[in-house]
Amino acid sequence: MGGDLREHARNIRKLILESIYLAGSGHPGASLSITDIVTALMFEEMNWLEFKEKKANWRDTDIPRDRFVLSKGHGIPAWYATLTDAGIISKEELYSLRKFGSPLQGHPDRVRFQYIDSSGGALGQGLSVAIGRAIGLKSKQMSCRVYCIIGDGESQEGQIWEAAMFAPNKQVDNLLCIIDHNKYQQDGRIEDIMPLESFPSKWKAFGWNVLEIDGHNFTEILTAFRNARETKRKPTAIIAHTLKGNLGNGQLFMKGLHAGKIDKDSYENAMEMLENGK
Amino acid sequence: MGNSKATREAFGDTLVELGEKNENIVVVSCDLEGSTKVEGFIKKFPDKSVRCGIAEANGVGISAGLALEGFRPFLCSFGHFITGKYLEMFQSIAYNQAGVVIVGTHSGVSIGQDGPTQMGLRDIGVMRLLHNMSVIQPADYNETKQVVEYLASKTFPVYLRLGRKAVPEINSSDYKFEFGKGVVLRDGKDFTILATGTVVSSALEASKELSSKGIDTRVINIHTLKPIDKELILKCAKETKGILAIDDHYIIGSLGSIAAEIIAENGIPTPVHACGVKDFGQSGAPEELYREYGLDKEGIVNKIIKLYD
Repeated sequence: MGGDLREHARNIRKLILESIYLAGSGHPGASLSITDIVTALMFEEMNWLEFKEKKANWRDTDIPRDRFVLSKGHGIPAWYATLTDAGIISKEELYSLRKFGSPLQGHPDRVRFQYIDSSGGALGQGLSVAIGRAIGLKSKQMSCRVYCIIGDGESQEGQIWEAAMFAPNKQVDNLLCIIDHNKYQQDGRIEDIMPLESFPSKWKAFGWNVLEIDGHNFTEILTAFRNARETKRKPTAIIAHTLKGNLGNGQLFMKGLHAGKIDKDSYENAMEMLENGK
Repeated sequence: MGNSKATREAFGDTLVELGEKNENIVVVSCDLEGSTKVEGFIKKFPDKSVRCGIAEANGVGISAGLALEGFRPFLCSFGHFITGKYLEMFQSIAYNQAGVVIVGTHSGVSIGQDGPTQMGLRDIGVMRLLHNMSVIQPADYNETKQVVEYLASKTFPVYLRLGRKAVPEINSSDYKFEFGKGVVLRDGKDFTILATGTVVSSALEASKELSSKGIDTRVINIHTLKPIDKELILKCAKETKGILAIDDHYIIGSLGSIAAEIIAENGIPTPVHACGVKDFGQSGAPEELYREYGLDKEGIVNKIIKLYD
Protein backbone atom coordinates (compact mmCIF):
# COMPACT_ATOMS: atom_id res chain seq x y z
CA MET A 1 0.00 0.00 0.00
CA GLY A 2 2.72 2.44 1.05
CA GLY A 3 4.63 1.59 -2.13
CA ASP A 4 1.66 2.35 -4.36
CA LEU A 5 1.08 5.63 -2.60
CA ARG A 6 4.72 6.57 -3.05
CA GLU A 7 4.40 5.87 -6.79
CA HIS A 8 1.25 8.00 -7.00
CA ALA A 9 2.91 10.79 -5.05
CA ARG A 10 5.97 10.69 -7.32
CA ASN A 11 3.76 11.01 -10.39
CA ILE A 12 1.65 13.74 -8.77
CA ARG A 13 4.79 15.76 -7.99
CA LYS A 14 5.79 15.50 -11.65
CA LEU A 15 2.36 16.65 -12.75
CA ILE A 16 2.48 19.58 -10.31
CA LEU A 17 5.80 20.77 -11.66
CA GLU A 18 4.79 20.25 -15.29
CA SER A 19 1.55 22.17 -14.94
CA ILE A 20 3.08 25.09 -13.03
CA TYR A 21 6.03 25.19 -15.42
CA LEU A 22 3.68 25.31 -18.41
CA ALA A 23 1.51 27.94 -16.74
CA GLY A 24 4.53 30.16 -16.14
CA SER A 25 3.42 30.92 -12.57
CA GLY A 26 1.99 29.24 -9.50
CA HIS A 27 2.81 28.01 -6.02
CA PRO A 28 5.07 24.94 -6.12
CA GLY A 29 6.14 25.08 -2.45
CA ALA A 30 2.72 24.64 -0.86
CA SER A 31 1.62 22.16 -3.55
CA LEU A 32 4.62 19.93 -2.86
CA SER A 33 4.23 20.10 0.92
CA ILE A 34 0.67 18.70 0.76
CA THR A 35 1.32 16.16 -1.99
CA ASP A 36 1.61 13.10 0.26
CA ILE A 37 -1.47 14.13 2.23
CA VAL A 38 -3.70 14.58 -0.84
CA THR A 39 -2.30 11.37 -2.32
CA ALA A 40 -3.36 9.44 0.78
CA LEU A 41 -6.76 11.18 0.78
CA MET A 42 -7.49 10.27 -2.83
CA PHE A 43 -6.14 6.71 -2.93
CA GLU A 44 -6.81 5.47 0.60
CA GLU A 45 -9.08 7.64 2.68
CA MET A 46 -11.80 9.38 0.65
CA ASN A 47 -14.32 7.58 -1.55
CA TRP A 48 -13.84 9.58 -4.75
CA LEU A 49 -12.58 6.66 -6.85
CA GLU A 50 -15.76 4.76 -6.06
CA PHE A 51 -17.85 7.65 -7.40
CA LYS A 52 -15.58 8.00 -10.41
CA GLU A 53 -16.35 4.36 -11.24
CA LYS A 54 -20.07 4.98 -10.80
CA LYS A 55 -19.83 8.07 -13.03
CA ALA A 56 -21.68 9.97 -10.32
CA ASN A 57 -22.95 13.50 -10.78
CA TRP A 58 -20.28 15.30 -8.81
CA ARG A 59 -22.63 18.21 -8.05
CA ASP A 60 -25.36 16.05 -6.54
CA THR A 61 -25.42 17.01 -2.87
CA ASP A 62 -27.45 13.91 -2.01
CA ILE A 63 -24.77 11.38 -2.92
CA PRO A 64 -22.47 10.28 -0.08
CA ARG A 65 -19.28 11.40 -1.77
CA ASP A 66 -16.72 12.70 0.72
CA ARG A 67 -16.25 16.47 0.53
CA PHE A 68 -12.86 18.10 0.14
CA VAL A 69 -12.09 21.73 0.90
CA LEU A 70 -8.63 23.11 0.21
CA SER A 71 -8.69 26.22 2.35
CA LYS A 72 -5.08 27.05 1.54
CA GLY A 73 -6.16 27.54 -2.04
CA HIS A 74 -2.74 28.36 -3.46
CA GLY A 75 -1.83 24.68 -3.09
CA ILE A 76 -4.50 23.74 -5.65
CA PRO A 77 -2.06 22.44 -8.31
CA ALA A 78 -1.55 19.46 -5.98
CA TRP A 79 -5.27 18.68 -6.18
CA TYR A 80 -5.46 19.18 -9.95
CA ALA A 81 -2.47 16.84 -10.32
CA THR A 82 -4.06 14.28 -8.00
CA LEU A 83 -7.29 14.34 -10.02
CA THR A 84 -5.18 13.75 -13.13
CA ASP A 85 -3.24 10.87 -11.61
CA ALA A 86 -6.54 9.33 -10.48
CA GLY A 87 -7.90 9.56 -14.05
CA ILE A 88 -10.72 11.93 -13.05
CA ILE A 89 -9.44 14.67 -15.36
CA SER A 90 -7.14 14.42 -18.37
CA LYS A 91 -3.59 15.67 -18.73
CA GLU A 92 -4.84 18.15 -21.34
CA GLU A 93 -7.16 19.64 -18.77
CA LEU A 94 -4.35 19.78 -16.23
CA TYR A 95 -2.09 21.58 -18.67
CA SER A 96 -4.69 24.33 -19.05
CA LEU A 97 -3.88 25.44 -15.48
CA ARG A 98 -4.09 29.23 -15.15
CA LYS A 99 -4.77 29.69 -18.88
CA PHE A 100 -7.54 31.93 -20.19
CA GLY A 101 -10.84 30.08 -20.33
CA SER A 102 -9.66 27.15 -18.18
CA PRO A 103 -11.78 25.84 -15.32
CA LEU A 104 -8.47 25.25 -13.54
CA GLN A 105 -8.15 28.75 -12.14
CA GLY A 106 -5.06 29.90 -10.23
CA HIS A 107 -7.00 29.35 -7.01
CA PRO A 108 -9.96 26.96 -6.49
CA ASP A 109 -13.19 27.96 -8.24
CA ARG A 110 -16.18 25.80 -7.35
CA VAL A 111 -18.44 27.19 -10.03
CA ARG A 112 -16.05 26.74 -12.96
CA PHE A 113 -14.70 23.35 -11.87
CA GLN A 114 -16.91 20.58 -10.57
CA TYR A 115 -14.16 18.79 -8.61
CA ILE A 116 -13.88 21.67 -6.15
CA ASP A 117 -16.17 21.65 -3.11
CA SER A 118 -15.48 25.25 -2.11
CA SER A 119 -13.81 28.19 -3.78
CA GLY A 120 -10.77 29.43 -1.94
CA GLY A 121 -7.69 31.58 -2.05
CA ALA A 122 -8.37 34.38 0.42
CA LEU A 123 -7.14 32.58 3.51
CA GLY A 124 -8.98 31.66 6.69
CA GLN A 125 -12.38 30.78 5.25
CA GLY A 126 -12.36 27.13 4.18
CA LEU A 127 -12.63 25.55 7.61
CA SER A 128 -15.91 27.37 8.26
CA VAL A 129 -17.35 26.23 4.92
CA ALA A 130 -16.18 22.68 5.67
CA ILE A 131 -17.97 22.82 9.04
CA GLY A 132 -21.15 24.05 7.34
CA ARG A 133 -20.98 21.13 4.94
CA ALA A 134 -20.25 18.70 7.79
CA ILE A 135 -23.25 19.77 9.90
CA GLY A 136 -25.37 19.77 6.75
CA LEU A 137 -24.36 16.16 6.05
CA LYS A 138 -25.13 15.17 9.63
CA SER A 139 -28.51 16.80 9.38
CA LYS A 140 -29.20 14.80 6.21
CA GLN A 141 -27.96 11.71 8.07
CA MET A 142 -25.31 11.09 5.45
CA SER A 143 -22.28 9.12 6.51
CA CYS A 144 -19.67 10.66 4.22
CA ARG A 145 -17.00 12.90 5.72
CA VAL A 146 -15.52 16.33 5.13
CA TYR A 147 -11.79 16.87 4.72
CA CYS A 148 -10.26 20.30 4.97
CA ILE A 149 -6.64 21.30 4.53
CA ILE A 150 -5.53 24.59 6.03
CA GLY A 151 -2.06 26.11 6.27
CA ASP A 152 0.02 26.94 9.31
CA GLY A 153 0.50 30.49 8.09
CA GLU A 154 -3.22 30.58 7.39
CA SER A 155 -3.76 29.89 11.09
CA GLN A 156 -2.75 33.48 11.75
CA GLU A 157 -6.23 34.40 10.45
CA GLY A 158 -8.83 35.09 13.16
CA GLN A 159 -11.62 33.20 11.39
CA ILE A 160 -9.68 29.94 11.78
CA TRP A 161 -10.10 30.30 15.55
CA GLU A 162 -13.79 31.16 15.28
CA ALA A 163 -14.17 27.88 13.39
CA ALA A 164 -11.85 26.08 15.81
CA MET A 165 -14.12 27.16 18.67
CA PHE A 166 -17.30 26.10 16.89
CA ALA A 167 -16.52 22.56 15.71
CA PRO A 168 -15.73 20.89 19.08
CA ASN A 169 -18.59 22.74 20.79
CA LYS A 170 -21.01 21.28 18.25
CA GLN A 171 -19.29 17.88 18.19
CA VAL A 172 -18.63 17.97 14.46
CA ASP A 173 -16.90 14.58 14.34
CA ASN A 174 -17.42 13.97 10.61
CA LEU A 175 -14.85 16.67 9.91
CA LEU A 176 -11.11 16.23 9.60
CA CYS A 177 -8.91 19.31 9.55
CA ILE A 178 -5.40 18.72 8.29
CA ILE A 179 -2.90 21.47 8.96
CA ASP A 180 -0.01 21.64 6.53
CA HIS A 181 2.68 22.72 8.96
CA ASN A 182 5.48 23.59 6.54
CA LYS A 183 6.76 26.42 8.78
CA TYR A 184 6.73 29.07 6.03
CA GLN A 185 4.45 31.83 4.81
CA GLN A 186 4.90 34.02 1.74
CA ASP A 187 7.26 36.48 3.40
CA GLY A 188 9.44 33.97 5.19
CA ARG A 189 9.62 31.80 8.28
CA ILE A 190 6.50 31.80 10.44
CA GLU A 191 8.82 31.73 13.43
CA ASP A 192 10.27 35.11 12.40
CA ILE A 193 6.99 36.77 11.39
CA MET A 194 4.20 35.65 13.73
CA PRO A 195 5.06 32.46 15.63
CA LEU A 196 2.18 30.07 16.31
CA GLU A 197 3.48 29.28 19.83
CA SER A 198 2.32 25.99 21.37
CA PHE A 199 0.34 25.29 18.22
CA PRO A 200 -0.90 21.77 19.13
CA SER A 201 -1.83 22.95 22.65
CA LYS A 202 -3.99 25.68 21.16
CA TRP A 203 -6.04 23.19 19.15
CA LYS A 204 -6.28 20.88 22.17
CA ALA A 205 -7.43 23.76 24.36
CA PHE A 206 -10.22 24.46 21.85
CA GLY A 207 -11.36 20.85 22.29
CA TRP A 208 -10.02 19.07 19.22
CA ASN A 209 -8.60 15.57 19.02
CA VAL A 210 -5.08 16.60 17.99
CA LEU A 211 -2.59 14.32 16.23
CA GLU A 212 0.91 15.34 15.23
CA ILE A 213 2.55 13.46 12.40
CA ASP A 214 5.22 13.53 9.74
CA GLY A 215 3.16 14.68 6.76
CA HIS A 216 5.42 12.85 4.33
CA ASN A 217 5.21 9.46 6.04
CA PHE A 218 2.32 7.40 4.66
CA THR A 219 2.17 5.05 7.62
CA GLU A 220 1.74 7.99 9.98
CA ILE A 221 -0.75 9.71 7.66
CA LEU A 222 -2.96 6.63 7.33
CA THR A 223 -2.80 5.85 11.05
CA ALA A 224 -3.90 9.39 11.84
CA PHE A 225 -6.77 9.18 9.30
CA ARG A 226 -7.96 5.97 10.97
CA ASN A 227 -7.73 7.54 14.42
CA ALA A 228 -9.77 10.53 13.20
CA ARG A 229 -12.45 8.29 11.71
CA GLU A 230 -12.75 6.37 14.98
CA THR A 231 -12.91 9.48 17.17
CA LYS A 232 -16.49 10.33 18.07
CA ARG A 233 -18.08 13.50 19.42
CA LYS A 234 -15.11 15.71 18.60
CA PRO A 235 -13.41 16.82 15.40
CA THR A 236 -9.83 15.85 14.67
CA ALA A 237 -7.00 18.18 13.73
CA ILE A 238 -3.92 16.56 12.25
CA ILE A 239 -0.88 18.77 12.48
CA ALA A 240 1.23 17.44 9.65
CA HIS A 241 4.86 18.48 9.78
CA THR A 242 5.90 18.98 6.19
CA LEU A 243 8.63 20.53 4.10
CA LYS A 244 7.68 23.33 1.75
CA GLY A 245 8.75 22.27 -1.73
CA ASN A 246 9.49 18.65 -0.77
CA LEU A 247 10.32 16.60 -3.86
CA GLY A 248 9.57 13.44 -1.91
CA ASN A 249 13.06 12.65 -0.73
CA GLY A 250 13.54 15.67 1.51
CA GLN A 251 15.11 17.75 -1.27
CA LEU A 252 13.41 21.12 -1.68
CA PHE A 253 12.36 22.37 -5.08
CA MET A 254 13.89 25.80 -5.72
CA LYS A 255 14.64 26.14 -1.98
CA GLY A 256 10.94 25.79 -1.17
CA LEU A 257 9.88 28.61 -3.54
CA HIS A 258 6.48 29.98 -2.44
CA ALA A 259 5.35 31.45 -5.75
CA GLY A 260 6.82 32.51 -9.03
CA LYS A 261 8.24 31.35 -12.30
CA ILE A 262 9.99 28.02 -12.40
CA ASP A 263 13.37 28.22 -14.14
CA LYS A 264 14.21 25.68 -16.80
CA ASP A 265 17.25 24.15 -15.09
CA SER A 266 15.51 23.63 -11.77
CA TYR A 267 12.53 22.13 -13.57
CA GLU A 268 14.56 19.73 -15.69
CA ASN A 269 16.71 18.62 -12.76
CA ALA A 270 13.68 18.00 -10.57
CA MET A 271 11.82 16.14 -13.31
CA GLU A 272 14.83 13.96 -13.99
CA MET A 273 15.17 13.18 -10.32
CA LEU A 274 11.46 12.30 -10.03
CA GLU A 275 11.62 10.28 -13.25
CA ASN A 276 14.47 8.17 -11.91
CA GLY A 277 12.68 7.78 -8.62
CA LYS A 278 15.75 8.90 -6.73
CA MET B 1 -52.23 52.91 6.22
CA GLY B 2 -52.78 50.23 8.82
CA ASN B 3 -50.99 49.17 11.98
CA SER B 4 -47.32 49.96 12.34
CA LYS B 5 -44.86 47.11 12.79
CA ALA B 6 -41.18 46.70 11.99
CA THR B 7 -40.09 44.70 8.94
CA ARG B 8 -37.84 42.59 11.21
CA GLU B 9 -41.00 41.49 13.06
CA ALA B 10 -42.52 40.25 9.82
CA PHE B 11 -39.32 38.36 9.07
CA GLY B 12 -39.34 36.56 12.44
CA ASP B 13 -43.05 35.72 12.30
CA THR B 14 -42.89 34.43 8.73
CA LEU B 15 -39.83 32.30 9.38
CA VAL B 16 -41.63 30.44 12.18
CA GLU B 17 -44.55 29.71 9.80
CA LEU B 18 -42.20 28.55 7.06
CA GLY B 19 -40.25 26.32 9.44
CA GLU B 20 -43.26 24.02 9.57
CA LYS B 21 -43.47 23.58 5.80
CA ASN B 22 -40.00 24.01 4.38
CA GLU B 23 -37.46 21.50 5.68
CA ASN B 24 -34.55 23.22 3.95
CA ILE B 25 -34.74 26.37 6.04
CA VAL B 26 -31.98 26.79 8.60
CA VAL B 27 -31.31 29.82 10.78
CA VAL B 28 -27.69 30.74 11.38
CA SER B 29 -27.42 33.30 14.16
CA CYS B 30 -24.49 35.42 15.27
CA ASP B 31 -25.93 36.29 18.69
CA LEU B 32 -28.55 39.13 18.54
CA GLU B 33 -31.32 36.54 18.20
CA GLY B 34 -33.85 38.74 20.00
CA SER B 35 -32.91 41.81 17.98
CA THR B 36 -32.98 40.02 14.62
CA LYS B 37 -36.27 38.34 15.61
CA VAL B 38 -35.20 34.73 15.14
CA GLU B 39 -35.69 33.79 18.80
CA GLY B 40 -39.08 32.24 18.01
CA PHE B 41 -37.70 30.08 15.20
CA ILE B 42 -34.73 28.92 17.28
CA LYS B 43 -36.98 27.99 20.20
CA LYS B 44 -39.36 26.07 17.99
CA PHE B 45 -36.80 24.47 15.68
CA PRO B 46 -33.57 23.97 17.67
CA ASP B 47 -32.45 21.27 15.22
CA LYS B 48 -32.69 23.72 12.34
CA SER B 49 -30.78 26.43 14.16
CA VAL B 50 -27.04 26.97 14.12
CA ARG B 51 -25.93 29.36 16.83
CA CYS B 52 -22.48 30.71 15.99
CA GLY B 53 -22.13 33.25 18.75
CA ILE B 54 -20.39 36.54 18.09
CA ALA B 55 -18.43 35.26 15.13
CA GLU B 56 -19.88 36.62 11.90
CA ALA B 57 -17.08 35.48 9.60
CA ASN B 58 -17.53 31.89 10.75
CA GLY B 59 -21.30 32.36 10.37
CA VAL B 60 -20.80 33.36 6.73
CA GLY B 61 -18.69 30.27 6.03
CA ILE B 62 -20.98 27.87 7.84
CA SER B 63 -24.01 29.28 6.02
CA ALA B 64 -22.21 28.84 2.72
CA GLY B 65 -21.39 25.21 3.56
CA LEU B 66 -24.99 24.51 4.52
CA ALA B 67 -26.25 26.09 1.29
CA LEU B 68 -23.81 23.97 -0.73
CA GLU B 69 -25.36 20.91 0.93
CA GLY B 70 -28.80 21.96 -0.31
CA PHE B 71 -30.14 23.90 2.66
CA ARG B 72 -31.58 27.43 2.57
CA PRO B 73 -29.79 29.23 5.41
CA PHE B 74 -30.98 32.57 6.75
CA LEU B 75 -27.83 34.14 8.20
CA CYS B 76 -28.84 36.85 10.64
CA SER B 77 -27.12 39.81 12.25
CA PHE B 78 -27.22 43.59 12.18
CA GLY B 79 -26.70 44.81 8.63
CA HIS B 80 -23.67 46.80 9.66
CA PHE B 81 -21.95 43.81 11.25
CA ILE B 82 -22.67 41.13 8.70
CA THR B 83 -21.84 43.26 5.65
CA GLY B 84 -18.53 44.10 7.34
CA LYS B 85 -17.55 40.56 6.35
CA TYR B 86 -17.22 41.55 2.71
CA LEU B 87 -14.33 39.29 1.74
CA GLU B 88 -15.95 36.28 3.41
CA MET B 89 -19.25 36.95 1.64
CA PHE B 90 -17.40 37.45 -1.63
CA GLN B 91 -15.54 34.15 -1.55
CA SER B 92 -17.58 31.76 0.59
CA ILE B 93 -21.05 32.86 -0.55
CA ALA B 94 -21.03 34.81 -3.83
CA TYR B 95 -18.08 33.20 -5.62
CA ASN B 96 -19.26 29.78 -4.43
CA GLN B 97 -22.79 30.57 -5.65
CA ALA B 98 -24.00 29.44 -2.27
CA GLY B 99 -27.69 30.19 -1.80
CA VAL B 100 -27.59 32.02 1.50
CA VAL B 101 -30.16 34.63 2.54
CA ILE B 102 -28.05 37.21 4.37
CA VAL B 103 -30.38 39.09 6.66
CA GLY B 104 -29.22 42.47 7.94
CA THR B 105 -31.49 44.15 10.44
CA HIS B 106 -31.07 47.53 12.17
CA SER B 107 -30.42 49.32 8.92
CA GLY B 108 -30.12 53.08 8.72
CA VAL B 109 -30.10 55.96 11.19
CA SER B 110 -33.62 54.92 12.19
CA ILE B 111 -32.13 52.55 14.77
CA GLY B 112 -31.67 55.77 16.77
CA GLN B 113 -29.71 56.10 19.94
CA ASP B 114 -27.23 53.25 19.57
CA GLY B 115 -25.31 55.41 17.13
CA PRO B 116 -22.98 54.99 14.14
CA THR B 117 -21.12 51.83 15.16
CA GLN B 118 -24.41 49.92 15.02
CA MET B 119 -26.09 51.60 12.02
CA GLY B 120 -26.17 49.75 8.72
CA LEU B 121 -25.55 52.75 6.49
CA ARG B 122 -23.26 51.29 3.85
CA ASP B 123 -24.71 47.81 3.53
CA ILE B 124 -26.57 48.28 0.24
CA GLY B 125 -23.47 49.78 -1.35
CA VAL B 126 -21.35 46.86 -0.22
CA MET B 127 -23.81 44.14 -1.24
CA ARG B 128 -24.46 45.66 -4.68
CA LEU B 129 -20.80 45.06 -5.48
CA LEU B 130 -21.08 41.31 -5.14
CA HIS B 131 -21.71 39.61 -8.48
CA ASN B 132 -24.81 37.38 -8.54
CA MET B 133 -26.02 38.86 -5.25
CA SER B 134 -29.56 40.23 -5.13
CA VAL B 135 -30.51 43.02 -2.72
CA ILE B 136 -34.02 43.47 -1.33
CA GLN B 137 -35.40 45.99 1.13
CA PRO B 138 -39.14 45.66 1.82
CA ALA B 139 -41.16 48.62 3.08
CA ASP B 140 -43.83 47.18 5.35
CA TYR B 141 -44.95 44.10 7.26
CA ASN B 142 -47.02 42.47 4.54
CA GLU B 143 -44.41 43.05 1.87
CA THR B 144 -41.67 41.61 4.10
CA LYS B 145 -43.77 38.53 4.74
CA GLN B 146 -44.17 37.93 1.02
CA VAL B 147 -40.48 38.60 0.39
CA VAL B 148 -39.43 36.06 3.03
CA GLU B 149 -41.83 33.45 1.60
CA TYR B 150 -40.49 34.10 -1.89
CA LEU B 151 -36.84 33.88 -0.82
CA ALA B 152 -37.41 30.69 1.15
CA SER B 153 -38.58 29.03 -2.06
CA LYS B 154 -35.52 30.12 -4.09
CA THR B 155 -31.86 29.12 -4.06
CA PHE B 156 -29.97 32.27 -5.08
CA PRO B 157 -27.78 34.38 -2.76
CA VAL B 158 -29.49 37.53 -1.57
CA TYR B 159 -29.13 40.34 0.96
CA LEU B 160 -32.35 41.16 2.81
CA ARG B 161 -32.24 44.57 4.49
CA LEU B 162 -34.61 45.07 7.39
CA GLY B 163 -35.39 47.87 9.79
CA ARG B 164 -35.73 48.19 13.54
CA LYS B 165 -38.46 50.82 13.75
CA ALA B 166 -42.15 50.25 13.21
CA VAL B 167 -43.42 51.33 9.80
CA PRO B 168 -47.03 51.70 8.60
CA GLU B 169 -48.53 49.40 5.98
CA ILE B 170 -48.11 51.19 2.67
CA ASN B 171 -49.42 48.57 0.28
CA SER B 172 -53.04 47.60 -0.32
CA SER B 173 -54.37 44.41 1.25
CA ASP B 174 -54.39 42.60 -2.11
CA TYR B 175 -50.74 43.56 -2.83
CA LYS B 176 -48.61 40.93 -4.54
CA PHE B 177 -44.82 41.16 -4.29
CA GLU B 178 -43.00 40.75 -7.59
CA PHE B 179 -39.22 40.25 -7.45
CA GLY B 180 -37.35 42.92 -9.42
CA LYS B 181 -40.40 45.10 -10.07
CA GLY B 182 -40.86 48.61 -8.69
CA VAL B 183 -44.29 49.50 -7.34
CA VAL B 184 -46.09 52.70 -8.35
CA LEU B 185 -47.76 53.77 -5.11
CA ARG B 186 -48.95 57.18 -6.35
CA ASP B 187 -48.96 58.46 -9.88
CA GLY B 188 -47.84 61.95 -10.78
CA LYS B 189 -46.45 63.93 -13.69
CA ASP B 190 -44.04 66.54 -12.24
CA PHE B 191 -41.48 64.67 -10.15
CA THR B 192 -40.66 61.09 -9.30
CA ILE B 193 -39.77 60.05 -5.79
CA LEU B 194 -37.97 56.70 -5.68
CA ALA B 195 -38.03 55.33 -2.16
CA THR B 196 -37.01 52.10 -0.48
CA GLY B 197 -37.49 50.56 2.95
CA THR B 198 -38.46 52.49 6.06
CA VAL B 199 -38.68 55.85 4.23
CA VAL B 200 -41.35 54.84 1.71
CA SER B 201 -44.07 55.97 4.11
CA SER B 202 -42.36 59.39 4.48
CA ALA B 203 -42.36 59.66 0.68
CA LEU B 204 -46.09 58.95 0.51
CA GLU B 205 -46.90 61.55 3.16
CA ALA B 206 -44.70 64.08 1.39
CA SER B 207 -46.38 63.37 -1.93
CA LYS B 208 -49.81 64.04 -0.43
CA GLU B 209 -48.68 67.34 1.04
CA LEU B 210 -47.04 68.36 -2.22
CA SER B 211 -50.34 67.73 -4.05
CA SER B 212 -52.00 70.27 -1.82
CA LYS B 213 -49.30 72.73 -2.91
CA GLY B 214 -49.96 71.95 -6.55
CA ILE B 215 -46.90 69.73 -7.16
CA ASP B 216 -47.76 66.38 -8.62
CA THR B 217 -45.29 63.68 -7.56
CA ARG B 218 -45.09 60.03 -8.46
CA VAL B 219 -44.00 57.69 -5.66
CA ILE B 220 -42.27 54.42 -6.48
CA ASN B 221 -41.39 51.74 -3.95
CA ILE B 222 -38.15 50.08 -5.01
CA HIS B 223 -38.09 46.94 -2.86
CA THR B 224 -35.64 45.13 -5.13
CA LEU B 225 -32.46 47.19 -5.45
CA LYS B 226 -30.68 44.47 -7.40
CA PRO B 227 -31.75 43.46 -9.98
CA ILE B 228 -33.49 46.81 -10.17
CA ASP B 229 -36.51 47.71 -12.32
CA LYS B 230 -34.57 49.64 -15.00
CA GLU B 231 -37.57 49.91 -17.28
CA LEU B 232 -39.70 51.67 -14.69
CA ILE B 233 -36.89 54.03 -13.66
CA LEU B 234 -36.24 55.00 -17.29
CA LYS B 235 -39.97 55.52 -17.85
CA CYS B 236 -40.12 57.87 -14.85
CA ALA B 237 -37.01 59.71 -16.06
CA LYS B 238 -38.67 60.28 -19.43
CA GLU B 239 -42.11 61.22 -18.11
CA THR B 240 -41.22 63.50 -15.19
CA LYS B 241 -38.89 66.50 -14.77
CA GLY B 242 -36.67 65.05 -12.10
CA ILE B 243 -35.94 62.11 -9.86
CA LEU B 244 -35.48 62.25 -6.11
CA ALA B 245 -34.15 59.03 -4.59
CA ILE B 246 -34.54 58.61 -0.85
CA ASP B 247 -33.08 55.93 1.36
CA ASP B 248 -31.99 55.65 4.98
CA HIS B 249 -28.44 54.87 3.83
CA TYR B 250 -25.24 56.67 2.96
CA ILE B 251 -26.02 58.54 -0.27
CA ILE B 252 -23.07 57.04 -2.15
CA GLY B 253 -23.82 53.53 -3.34
CA SER B 254 -27.52 53.39 -2.71
CA LEU B 255 -30.72 54.14 -4.62
CA GLY B 256 -29.67 57.56 -5.93
CA SER B 257 -26.39 56.14 -7.27
CA ILE B 258 -28.20 53.24 -8.91
CA ALA B 259 -30.81 55.48 -10.55
CA ALA B 260 -28.16 57.94 -11.77
CA GLU B 261 -26.14 55.12 -13.35
CA ILE B 262 -29.15 53.79 -15.23
CA ILE B 263 -30.41 57.17 -16.39
CA ALA B 264 -26.99 58.44 -17.46
CA GLU B 265 -26.22 55.20 -19.28
CA ASN B 266 -29.36 55.69 -21.35
CA GLY B 267 -28.54 59.27 -22.23
CA ILE B 268 -31.62 60.79 -20.60
CA PRO B 269 -30.96 64.35 -19.38
CA THR B 270 -33.27 64.15 -16.36
CA PRO B 271 -31.56 65.28 -13.13
CA VAL B 272 -31.22 62.79 -10.27
CA HIS B 273 -31.13 64.01 -6.66
CA ALA B 274 -30.90 62.12 -3.42
CA CYS B 275 -31.88 62.41 0.22
CA GLY B 276 -29.84 60.29 2.58
CA VAL B 277 -27.00 60.27 5.05
CA LYS B 278 -23.82 62.18 4.22
CA ASP B 279 -21.69 61.27 7.23
CA PHE B 280 -21.30 58.47 9.80
CA GLY B 281 -24.72 59.10 11.33
CA GLN B 282 -25.13 59.88 15.05
CA SER B 283 -27.17 59.06 18.16
CA GLY B 284 -30.62 60.52 18.61
CA ALA B 285 -34.29 59.67 18.39
CA PRO B 286 -35.18 58.23 14.96
CA GLU B 287 -37.50 61.19 14.28
CA GLU B 288 -34.74 63.68 15.10
CA LEU B 289 -32.35 61.87 12.84
CA TYR B 290 -34.83 61.70 9.97
CA ARG B 291 -35.32 65.46 10.36
CA GLU B 292 -31.56 66.05 10.41
CA TYR B 293 -30.93 64.00 7.25
CA GLY B 294 -34.00 65.17 5.36
CA LEU B 295 -35.66 61.76 5.42
CA ASP B 296 -38.97 62.77 7.01
CA LYS B 297 -42.01 64.23 5.28
CA GLU B 298 -40.85 67.84 5.76
CA GLY B 299 -37.37 67.10 4.47
CA ILE B 300 -38.71 65.53 1.29
CA VAL B 301 -41.31 68.28 0.75
CA ASN B 302 -38.70 71.02 1.18
CA LYS B 303 -36.26 69.29 -1.14
CA ILE B 304 -38.87 68.91 -3.90
CA ILE B 305 -40.08 72.51 -3.53
CA LYS B 306 -36.49 73.70 -3.84
CA LEU B 307 -35.96 71.55 -6.91
CA TYR B 308 -39.29 72.60 -8.41
CA ASP B 309 -38.34 76.27 -8.12
